[in-house]
Order: sequence, then structure tokens, then C-alpha cells
Amino acid sequence: MLPRSALLAATLSAGLAAAAQAQTIYPLNRAEILAGSKFDFKVEFPGAPAAAHLEVTIDGKDAAEVFGAKPTVIEKEDGNDLTAYWLRDVSLAKPGTVKIEATAGDKKKAVAWEVFDTPKGRVAKNVILFIGDGFSVAHRTAARIMSKGMVEGRYGGEFAIDDMPHMALISTAGTDSIVTDSANSMSAYTTGHKSCVNALGVYCAKNKNTLEHPKVETIGELVKRRTGMAVGVVTNSEIEDATPAGVVSHTRKRSDYNDIVKMFWDVKPDVIMGGGSPFFLAKSTPGSKRPDDVDYIKQFESAGYSFVSTKTEMNKAVADGKTKILGLYNTGNVDGALDLRLLKKGTVSKFPDQPDVTEETKAAIEALSKNKDGFFLMVESARIDKYSHSMDPERALFDVIMLDNAVKVAKDFAAKADDTMIIVVADHAHAVSIIGTYDDDRPGQTPREKLGTYADAKVPVYDVDAEGYPKSVDVSKRIAVAFGSSPDTCFNSKPYLEGENVPAVAGATKDTYVENPKNCERPGAVHITGNLPFDANQAVHAGDDVVLTAMGPGSEVFHGRLDNTRVFRAMATALGLAK
Amino acid sequence: MPHPTRGSADRLLTRRHFAAACLAVPLAAFLRPGRAAAEDPVVLTFEQLYASFGVRGLTFSPLVLGAAGRPVSLTGYMAPPLQAEATFFVLTREPMAICPFCQSDADWPVDIVVVTLAAATPLVSAGTRVTVSGRLEVGSKTDPTTGFVSQMRIVDADFRRTR
Repeated sequence: MLPRSALLAATLSAGLAAAAQAQTIYPLNRAEILAGSKFDFKVEFPGAPAAAHLEVTIDGKDAAEVFGAKPTVIEKEDGNDLTAYWLRDVSLAKPGTVKIEATAGDKKKAVAWEVFDTPKGRVAKNVILFIGDGFSVAHRTAARIMSKGMVEGRYGGEFAIDDMPHMALISTAGTDSIVTDSANSMSAYTTGHKSCVNALGVYCAKNKNTLEHPKVETIGELVKRRTGMAVGVVTNSEIEDATPAGVVSHTRKRSDYNDIVKMFWDVKPDVIMGGGSPFFLAKSTPGSKRPDDVDYIKQFESAGYSFVSTKTEMNKAVADGKTKILGLYNTGNVDGALDLRLLKKGTVSKFPDQPDVTEETKAAIEALSKNKDGFFLMVESARIDKYSHSMDPERALFDVIMLDNAVKVAKDFAAKADDTMIIVVADHAHAVSIIGTYDDDRPGQTPREKLGTYADAKVPVYDVDAEGYPKSVDVSKRIAVAFGSSPDTCFNSKPYLEGENVPAVAGATKDTYVENPKNCERPGAVHITGNLPFDANQAVHAGDDVVLTAMGPGSEVFHGRLDNTRVFRAMATALGLAK
Repeated sequence: MPHPTRGSADRLLTRRHFAAACLAVPLAAFLRPGRAAAEDPVVLTFEQLYASFGVRGLTFSPLVLGAAGRPVSLTGYMAPPLQAEATFFVLTREPMAICPFCQSDADWPVDIVVVTLAAATPLVSAGTRVTVSGRLEVGSKTDPTTGFVSQMRIVDADFRRTR
């Protein structure tokens, strides 16, 4: 056995080594490319062969001839042992399958792309894409129970996000991994191309400079380049964060916040709302996080934007008929609904007049809908994800209710003309599930004693206000949301009334995290041994499929299981964005 | 108000040396009797540094503006240091060790203060509360070697552990 398995291993590793040396062609195999959309075409030839020995063809013809441009060939690009062949900013107009071959001596690599058309032309005047960041099935169910109540197994009402005619399961994996992050998942929605963790609007090549990787055009750029439509980007995260950035950005590294601000400036969405103001301030301004002296707030103002920093200012700008609005409501993330409405923790005392996502959505639609050519709007409820990372279920669920209220605003708008496509989808999942209820009236102190499962769970009762939010989360019988991934932590089943949960803190050993001792002091708290690598300080994303619901013209394509790239395709098709 | 560009913050935060920073240092090494003889320091607190705090930036408080160029003392937490021994560190209002999101996202709080020490000194472990004494500098400055942009610095400084 031993020699055979050793032989097998040797054969396998030889095969892997050979595979590792094959040319890499970007866009990757099976790419779906919107006809007429722009992209960077790159081939990396390992071993840095001389330029004269390279041949790159598209359907058998020289690539340079097909694209009508002269390639740039760089031997030892960035000091890597490869020759890079570049044709930047090219496009393909003719729909169909395209075969690309890259040859260097006896080494040949072939990939196929699908160039797709939008044959029906434009069927939707407007497209509104709602992203519930990290919004998983359990979030949806738990928030519905919380907000609508349940009697004898039936809900007391319907969520706006559920009451939509079309639905699909969306697979979120990236080019590098089964588990994705908010950057490459959003990038798939906004470009139709899959990419890798931390990347936005680029394929992940071997370039050293994060801004030099092969780019693919985003829907924000396409809509601005090819139509007279307005574009809006609305979130309650920092506006530079991955999901909003995905509408306009090209970078291998989502944390390039200062570059991302410049990309917002380059594309100029008509409505931009979120947090993250320090990256808009010149470095000479105290509180700035920029490395240069560009004052982007001033720049946007000089380009005709109304800058607003509070809900009052936002509503006034809209009432005054403004159509270009830059709203930055916090230096960091805008506070979540639970803090804004009930608990007033987080940064609410510093920023007492922040709009929530529902109010932002209402303002954005009012401003954007003044454009006679229609609009594309992306709205994100960002902190469902952030609060699921921090294992703070009540905060996450409040932000699901907020997302639903924002979708309701969009549906009310769409009902006037039935020419708006609305899509509601998560960008990736979290490992969350409903396992019962925590009941303070059960005997004992610890979470395991307080947990009712099966028949003992019964139904939690929250007293809900007119907007569907509980008036208190500190009720005696609460939904028990379990997290399937965790660092070492302490837990007592009670809501985090004193501020967002911090599950773990830096340990004494480098790059290790231990339970937050403050949580261990909470009454009834127990230690939970983590199941994540030791350098994780919070829960992680899950590779599960996510649910998409949609309505309006063009949304009938959503059914069954689809790759995340199909969300872009559906939007581009509804807007007739192909050449 | 120091703020590295995000790139340098990433490097800074991935090169934390907690273990090395935990070297026991004799308390006496931090005490330099006779240094502040000329002028009593203005005692600052993090709460007093800024008059306003908004999305268009921060405004220094009159106390800070009045203390510019003068000896001051300020108590806070030493951010996870780059090296065991260094001539500068970042002082934060809250211990960075309980701000995991700051660390994972390479995102400093906006109200941090850069401390430049009078001499290379062994640093204490991250999250240790320290009182820094030195001369207050106010205004934008980019450190030529690290790329740090700071708005407020305590220079020619020393520090001691405090409660």
C-alpha cells in the first residue's frame, strides 16, 4: 500500500505543479460578459517567456486585432516570474461563446467566455437593489416572528420582502473560496463577474498594486456611461465599505478607503448616503483619515451636490428639490435601528440626528425619481452582518425590520407605475439558526437552563410599535438565535442593552483572542469554547446559499438556484444595458 | 489626531508584537525626576481634547489650543506597539484590546494622540493605562518615515504606568 500511495501522491503533486504553471487568462473561464461592457483582458504567462514567443487568440484570431488595440506586454511584471499581456478597457459587442487561447511555446491554455446580449431592450425604468448584508434565513424568520408575532403557527402579518412574486436561491462563492466576503459577493452583483475575497470590480491577478488588477465595469459606471439615468448608493455602513463601494470601485483590497472615495468622485452617483466622513476630509482637518489634502466634501459641493450631515438636513435638501445629495451622517458606521430607536448606545449621543436606512431610502427615491430617465439605486442594511459578526442578535434583527421597512417604501413607490424592478438579497450568509426561546421564568441561571426547545420554546411575545419594531427587546421570553461559529466567548442569553456585544478581546499571545471578560461577569454567564481559529475575534460568514426575492419588470428570471453573477445579468437585462 | 493611511495601518496592526511588548520594565525607568521643573504641566483628559466632534471634522478645545507648545500630561491606553522598544506609540481613550473591530478593520478611533518619546524606551503591553508627560504639539504633521498623519502630538515625552 505504502509505495502505491506514495506514487499516487507523487503523481498528484506533479499534476498540481504543472497546473500551477499554466497561463492564467482574465476574465477567468466561464465568465459571463455583458456585450459592450468594458473590461481589462490580461494573460499571465508563468516563467516570464519573451514577448515574441506569445500568442493570444480569440476564436482563432489575434486578440489585438479582435480588440483593435495594441497589447502591452511586460516581462517580469512587478518582479514576478511571469510575463503579463494586457489589453485594458476593451469590450466585445457580439453575443455568443468566445474561445480564448494563450500559447507560449508548447504551453497552451484555453478558456471560454459567454458574451450576453440584452435582446428585449429596456423593460424597467428603475432598478432598486436591496442588500441585507449577511442576511440569512434565520434572520428573516426571527425578525418576522419578532415583528409580526405568531398565533398557532401563523404569522400576524407579512414582511414586504417576503410578499414578492419571484424568488431564487443565490450561491455566493467566489473564485478563490466557498465562503465569500462582502466585497467579492457585491462585486458579482455589480459586475456580473465572480472575484476573490476582499476584491471589488477586479479579477485577482498577481499584481502588487491593489489598484492595477484587471478591472471589470460596474453597474454604476455602465448606467452612467450608457444611459441618462440617475444612480444612488445608500447604506448605514461607512460609504467606503465593501457593499456600497461595489457600485463604483475597482480594487483588490476593500480597505483602500481613500481610493474608493476618489472612485465615488469619478463615477459621481447622484445620491450618496452613509457614514465614513473622515475619508472625505483633507488631512489638515482634525479627524481626517486621508493622506492627502483633497477635501472631497468641498469637491462634491462644487460639483452641485448638497452636502448633508443629519436627517433634518437630508429631508430639507429633498424638500428643496435637490437631486444631487452627498449625505455623511457619522464618522464611522451609522448606528443601527436598536440604538437609534430604543437604547441610544453606540454613537447616538455624538450623532443624535442620524437617519435610518428606511428614511435614507425614502429621501433617495424622492431625489432620484426626479430624473425622467429613471434611476438605479442600491440600498444596503449593512449592520445585519456587523451585528452577526459581533453575535448580537437583537441588533441584527432590528436591522432586518429596518430593511423590510425600506423595501416597503420602495414598493409603495413602485406601485405608482409598475416600471421598477426591486430585488432584495443577501450578499452572503451567517451561521445563524433559531433553536427555541430563552425564558427568564424557567428555573436556573445559565443559558442552557433558560433555553426552551421544541414544545418548551412556545412563542415569544414582543410588544411592537407602528413601524414593526419591538418596544423592548428585554422581554422575559426571547428568540434564541444560535451562532454556528464563535471565538471563545462568554454568554448569558440576555440582550446587550449597554452597547454592541464584543464577544472576544485580544489575548496575551500574539494573534489570539480570548473571551471578553466583561461578558463573563454578566449574571448567569457561561464560557463558550470557540470553534474558530484562534485569531478570530468574532463570528464568521457562512458559505450557505442566500434567498433572493424580486418583483417588477425583468424579475421573472429569478427562480431555482442561480449564481450571484445572475443578479447583475438580470439588472443589466431589465435596463437593456448591452451595446 | 494621528491617522496612518489605511495601508500603513494594515501593516502596523498585523505586526503587533504583544508577547515582546510584555517585557517587564522597572518602573524606575519611566521616572525622570527633575524633568518638568520649568513649568507645571497642563493636565489634559481625552474628554477635553475637542470642542466639537462632527462629520466635517473635529475642533480642538480652547484648553488644547491654549496648551499648545507647553508641557502637558494626558492619561490613556497604549495601543498595541509595533516593537518592544520604540520612540513613539499611539495613545487611545479606550484600550484597543477591547476594540476588536478597530483592530480587524485597521481602523483607529479618531481621537488618538501620537506620543514621541524623548528616548527609545521599552513599551508596556497593549491596554496598559499610562500617563504621558511632554510638550503638546497641535496641527497637521506627516511623519516622514512612517507616513503617520497626526493632528495632535505629545513630544519629548515620557510615560508611567497609572491606574
